[in-house]
Amino acid sequence: MFKNRVATALVALSAVTALTACGAKTADTAGSAPAGGGAAVDTSGPTVKVGLLNSLSGTMAISEVTVRDAIQLAVEEINTAGGVLGKQLTAVSEDGASDWPTFAEKAQKLISQDKVAAVFGCWTSSSRKAVKPVFEKNKALLFYPVQYEGLEQSPYIFYTGATTNQQIVPALDYLKSTGKTSVYLVGSDYVFPRTANKIIKAYAAANGMKVLGEDYAPLGSTEFSTIVNKVKASGASAVFNTLNGDSNVAFFKEYKSAGLTAESMPVVSVSIAEEEVKSIGTQYLAGQLTAWNYYQTTEGAANERFVKAYKAKYGADKPTSDPMEAAYTSVYLWKAMAEKAGSFDIEKVKAAANAGGITYEAPEGLVTVDGATQHVFKTARIGKIGSDGLIEEVWNSGEPVKPDPYLKSYSWATGLS
Amino acid sequence: MIAGVGAAALTPYPRRGLPVSVIVSQLFTGVSIGAVLLLIALGLALTFGQMNVINMAHGEFIMAGAYTVYVLQQSISSAGASLLIALPVSFAVTGLMGVILEVLLIRRLYARPLDTLLVTWGVSLILQQAARDIFGAPNVQTSAPSFLTGSVQITDDIVIASSRLFILGLALAAVAALMIVLKTTSLGRRIRAVVQNRDLAAVSGLATGRVDRLTFFIGSGLAGIAGVALTLIGPIGPAMGTNIIVNAFLVVVVGGIGQLKGTVIVAFVLGILQSMVEYATTVSVASVIVFVAIVAFLQWRPQGLFTLRTRSLA
Amino acid sequence: MSPRLRTFAGFGITALLLFAVAPLVLGDFRLGLLAKYLCFAIVAVGIGLAWGRGGMLALGQGVFFGLGGYAMAMHLKLADAGPGELPDFMTLYGQLDALPWWWAPFANPVFALLATVLLPMLVALLLGLLIFRRRVRGAYFAILSQALAAAFAILLIGQQGTTGGTNGLTDIQGFFGYDLNDPVNRRMIYFIIATALLLMLLAAWQLMRSRYGELLVAVRDAEERVRFLGYDPANVKLVAYVVAAGMAGLAGALFVPAVGIISPALIGVVPSIEFVIGVAVGGRASLAGPAIGAIAVAWAKTALSERVPSAWTYFEGLLFVLPIVFLPGGIASLVRLRRRRTAEAPAAPALEKVPS
Repeated sequence: MFKNRVATALVALSAVTALTACGAKTADTAGSAPAGGGAAVDTSGPTVKVGLLNSLSGTMAISEVTVRDAIQLAVEEINTAGGVLGKQLTAVSEDGASDWPTFAEKAQKLISQDKVAAVFGCWTSSSRKAVKPVFEKNKALLFYPVQYEGLEQSPYIFYTGATTNQQIVPALDYLKSTGKTSVYLVGSDYVFPRTANKIIKAYAAANGMKVLGEDYAPLGSTEFSTIVNKVKASGASAVFNTLNGDSNVAFFKEYKSAGLTAESMPVVSVSIAEEEVKSIGTQYLAGQLTAWNYYQTTEGAANERFVKAYKAKYGADKPTSDPMEAAYTSVYLWKAMAEKAGSFDIEKVKAAANAGGITYEAPEGLVTVDGATQHVFKTARIGKIGSDGLIEEVWNSGEPVKPDPYLKSYSWATGLS
Repeated sequence: MIAGVGAAALTPYPRRGLPVSVIVSQLFTGVSIGAVLLLIALGLALTFGQMNVINMAHGEFIMAGAYTVYVLQQSISSAGASLLIALPVSFAVTGLMGVILEVLLIRRLYARPLDTLLVTWGVSLILQQAARDIFGAPNVQTSAPSFLTGSVQITDDIVIASSRLFILGLALAAVAALMIVLKTTSLGRRIRAVVQNRDLAAVSGLATGRVDRLTFFIGSGLAGIAGVALTLIGPIGPAMGTNIIVNAFLVVVVGGIGQLKGTVIVAFVLGILQSMVEYATTVSVASVIVFVAIVAFLQWRPQGLFTLRTRSLA
Repeated sequence: MSPRLRTFAGFGITALLLFAVAPLVLGDFRLGLLAKYLCFAIVAVGIGLAWGRGGMLALGQGVFFGLGGYAMAMHLKLADAGPGELPDFMTLYGQLDALPWWWAPFANPVFALLATVLLPMLVALLLGLLIFRRRVRGAYFAILSQALAAAFAILLIGQQGTTGGTNGLTDIQGFFGYDLNDPVNRRMIYFIIATALLLMLLAAWQLMRSRYGELLVAVRDAEERVRFLGYDPANVKLVAYVVAAGMAGLAGALFVPAVGIISPALIGVVPSIEFVIGVAVGGRASLAGPAIGAIAVAWAKTALSERVPSAWTYFEGLLFVLPIVFLPGGIASLVRLRRRRTAEAPAAPALEKVPS
């Protein structure tokens, strides 16, 4: 019958093609095909491209758009001052669309189509985890500007946000020093909060602190009445908050409604910066604590310059925040590395950074790249949210803290990684 | 491995046979979750339940209602006054958006209810991005009047948030108003006539097209009211509508299409179920259990809690 | 040309395009993207069957795509880790000492491969039995499917230690012994996916033109009449639903080596609806329409979002609105319209009618 012949022919065709394809494969793996080689940076023209990879749409746009803005500010400033190694920078911006596979796709595009010298961006740990193999496979550079959960050290990623020992551990130290003996952990259901809470529990066990409960809300969840009821009933002396984005708004509105205050049960947040304060409202936040490495109010000439430039470009009502500052700084750190290497070549840039001595007078103060871990020395700062929407520093670590992504220098953390 | 250490450090939440105060406050939490669900689902009960239109942009109408509060507060400084003014204004704004949607698109799709789902999903994407471009990607803040940020002390242990009480009152008032409109006014009579037998209503001289538009106006307007209420408890941002819409549809489906009382009962039952399970377990387990409960329920009553008796086979 | 010959020619041209033209014209990066689009096309073929022919708007295909994808990724992660070792993320986040029991069978390649297709089919069968037997249909079915997708995504996210949470399973290095870093091997993956798409089109074609296909359309258009004729519509629908789920599972499984990641971001309500859009654009009731539509939409997404990021969302919105409102038969109906004008062949009424 005719139709059966069609079917047979097609199956045969497909099978043959598949087999030929496979044949090619085995031959190639037997030979030594280099897996792509290092990423080639296109330096042929008078300009060199850098990639910006942020979510400009979807749920994460809320945070990532301002980071993109800060990176663009740095690129423009660098261009006005003469560029890097005599070349102007062209920023190629891609939208990760709050979707991890899209991040991977766009990273690949920036590397193989645009041949960028470096990529700046990503926010969520998930997006970083999705692009990490892409950067490692292609031997290309990513500068990741957001505080994160540590336990990672990719040879092709520079981490310019805080790792846990520069943010969470100092925050716990601060709580302990102010006599808080029990905490309740509230977080969004994803990697950062779960890992952070694991570290907090280990710290608590070693430091005589009690963890009275632990709750996770799905990302984007806005119904917190039950969680707040649980928090309240626990009678903890403080709350450690690792909620992300939208959820914070609902959480703090509920928190206040339940009659809980910064005096009765302070909340330490690690994901609420000036931008979020603005969208939650000081009426709900005043007096609560945050842990970061930079605030808009941080003192120093470099920060005054940064805040002024940012507001001039994007509007006087736009606050600056820690992730924005770390992203802005990351561009300058890359510039310093390339200039030290005297080249845009990725392996040379990396080698220059790994040799140590890359520093930059950042808005947060002097930052130094730790060549061994590719993280950055950062000063830990605890701040209190004021009724004007700004965050005032109430404590700092005195000097930049050496990054320790695997918490190797903390005895209580053995076994965590 | 840290597992052992972690277990020792984590004193489990004391559950010594759940004290009465916990049960009472969780019960109220459930009722208030139900009230929010009800407010969101009420408009849907009208557009989906009565007109068989699956309006996925309902969530974005809610968002528009919330942004209305934000816009009003730019010019009216008193939080209390702006909130009260926002109620009718939001109703009108989102109602009008609904009418535009009906006239431009939905009118052409009455014979294809499932297609309305996809088309309005597209509309919701456009509205979300528009909000992002108009108001910026970050959330915006509105201030709540001070009498709605506090709480009412019932006993030593039981505290009820006044914003939640307000929403409960608003939801019940909206239900009552809708019932009165449907049961006693001539508009309500016309709506019911069109729902029960469109052809007969048309040959009896009813302008079914106009009735559809009015129904859609009211249903969408209710989204605006829900948006105003949500500013008291949640974020106001471009994505605020997407997270709530599926649950709201579930409420209408389980309640029974075309049945207002079903929607009301199911909203409160689901709210209480969610809050009780969540207290005992976690948010994610609670969501899954609620879903399983709904599938199981539909095994028992596939047409929902209440069914509209018609002679139609479909 | 007779319709049969035309179909045959269509298959031939498709095969030529996929196996000869595309690999020659496209570079490694673009070919990799095409491999991803083809995975979406496989899902679309299944949706075309369930929705276009069966009238069931399957809005939960993300679940089946995810089941297939996770089944494949679990095996590949275990293979990457090596015998007796735990996948990297488990030691990092889960701090497990031993493999969870439900991971263990996936170490076996045969089990894993079978599971990528059979697991989604089994879940669809159970769910379909519950839903269709009780005559839940139309809007109820669509909304329940969405809720299922939402619940499944939340469940996966909540189990970070054993499922990778929001991250999903990432950083997959090998595919049954082949190193995925090697561009030649990625090319092979492309050929496998293209073959799979062709086979699925073939399967759908056979199903559509069989007696069963006629019955399915009949159930879509007049379920009660079919019941009165002595058939059980629930069983008829169930077959299409389960087949569609199997195709989604296969697509998910192939997506993993092509893209190197599977995550809850591909499972929830939003991706599940996005799977449907290509089908609607291409023409839900036709054979090739859904696949072509899915590829076109995915391609448009990449192209547009590279140029003007925020414009993509507006465009995607319009893609949902305009074709469905003004061209309910999709691209395929344009072709058919032209053909009818030129050859004035009698229209096949059952296929012309667009289900809802």
